[in-house]
Amino acid sequence: MTLLAGTGPAVCIGADIDTDMVIAGRYLRTKDRGVWAEHAFEDLDPTLATRLRGCVLVTGKNMGCGSSREQAVMALREAGVLAVIAPSFARIFFRNCINVGLPVLECEDLACHDGEMITYDCTIGTVNVGGNSYICRSLSPRMQEILVSGGLVEYWKGRLSR
Amino acid sequence: METLSEKILGAQAGNFSDKRVDKAFCHDGTGIQAKMIYDEMGAPGIANPETCYVIYDHISPANTSQTADLHKELREFASRSGMHFSEIGGGICHQYMAEGRILPGEVVIGADSHSCTLGAFGALATGVGASDMAGIWVSGETWLRVPESIAIYISGSLAKGVEYKDLALAYVAELGMDGATYHALEFLGDSASEIPMEGRLTLSNMVVEAGAKTGLWYADDVTREYLGRYGKSSSRQEPDDEAVYSEELWIDLQGLEPLLAVPHRVDTVKPVSELVGTSLDQVFIGTCTNGRYEDLARAASILDGKQVAVRTVVVPASRADYLRAVNSGVLATLVGAGCVIGPPGCGPCLGAHMGVLGDGEVGLSTANRNFRNRMGVGGSYYLSSPSTAAASAITGEISDPREVL
Repeated sequence: MTLLAGTGPAVCIGADIDTDMVIAGRYLRTKDRGVWAEHAFEDLDPTLATRLRGCVLVTGKNMGCGSSREQAVMALREAGVLAVIAPSFARIFFRNCINVGLPVLECEDLACHDGEMITYDCTIGTVNVGGNSYICRSLSPRMQEILVSGGLVEYWKGRLSR
Repeated sequence: METLSEKILGAQAGNFSDKRVDKAFCHDGTGIQAKMIYDEMGAPGIANPETCYVIYDHISPANTSQTADLHKELREFASRSGMHFSEIGGGICHQYMAEGRILPGEVVIGADSHSCTLGAFGALATGVGASDMAGIWVSGETWLRVPESIAIYISGSLAKGVEYKDLALAYVAELGMDGATYHALEFLGDSASEIPMEGRLTLSNMVVEAGAKTGLWYADDVTREYLGRYGKSSSRQEPDDEAVYSEELWIDLQGLEPLLAVPHRVDTVKPVSELVGTSLDQVFIGTCTNGRYEDLARAASILDGKQVAVRTVVVPASRADYLRAVNSGVLATLVGAGCVIGPPGCGPCLGAHMGVLGDGEVGLSTANRNFRNRMGVGGSYYLSSPSTAAASAITGEISDPREVL
């Protein structure tokens, strides 16, 4: 199960962050998800990985461009990121977020600073921060179903057992 | 009144479509992830194993015992499940699939971002992550959002020393790294029908660098002739005059010159002429963008009888490309010029082995990405065509191929 709504302090990073930057290729050949969480964003800011637990990650446009590596979103989920909010996402990264059960919201013009408390709700597609409310692009019913199951593994487990 | 994406997916742009997947493929990197996820799903078996491919290219051959163990696990799984399997040395998944395994109109899903390459055949080909691949193994289907489309109209013909890679860099620069996010690109215009399949594959390969879902070509005589060599027949696809495009780009090949993407963004593009003389530590010719036989042959025509001044790594895209280069003498020319030849596969492109850069080093590569630290921590990469790469290998600095042709 993934909670589709929540609250946490913002961690803000820039635009066009590629998945090599989220988790470098040199850490991919393992099955240990802890390794990915530990080294998340290492080449961007080595201190970032320690600040991710319980946070809402707020990024610039085109988040997660580049390689399709799912380890990037697994790293964020494993590191304890509650949700990712951006004006736009690279499409594979966006799918991967849904598929690992990491809430993801497309939101334009979000004004937000590091440490500010953000409340998000994927079911109605809203983000609230600093007294302002923002409307996000809505998710399809299928995407919501996968997300609420906790990701594609749980979604298929559920469907196969029916 | 439909774009090719709308025709293939059977719905209008913006809608969601559940589609049977005609071909699904993954590589050693995403495949092992998909296998772990598939195991967790607890499915009774693979829905359509005859349509699924596992292709070893990313770290191939294995570089460490850890990689070898993961290779072993996935190899055994592929063998048990009845999926097609391409062993190390067969080539990069996109090129391997391009060798007569994709037909116009198919829905093709690859667990790799450059799966858009196969849009060159008029197939709706796009990349997904490992979970999506596992879901396709379980069900044989996936959901897709029908993309809006951007048309690129191509006119004129290339000048000597200029390649379709230069056109690819030009449209990425024009659109920007996210200019085509969630969109399909369609390659149209008077010159489209004259562009050979190797050029189409290069052009479709790089659409994801502008964020696009796929890069589509309408199947025509070039497609039919190419697939005919693999014993496959294919039907034509005709563009619809009234199809709605969200954006249109016109590019005249005549005015195109050799280009470079400069570190560390693919959309930061400059003419080679502005950077001539930039010192290099390594040149790399290969990848799913530019490791095909024709790319190696163009490099060899420039390197013939010359010696490289910097270490130059050449990695053929597939075994078929490698064999053609052996039989035609292209490989002998490259080796004679001092190039190092790697086994068919991705080579150093993803930064694992076989020619990554050291700290502070500068490289020139025919690949599709020059992200910071991707091909070696602390290294910087320029991206170019094979002709520019070969001309630069001779001098050890960025050089204009038009000067040596």
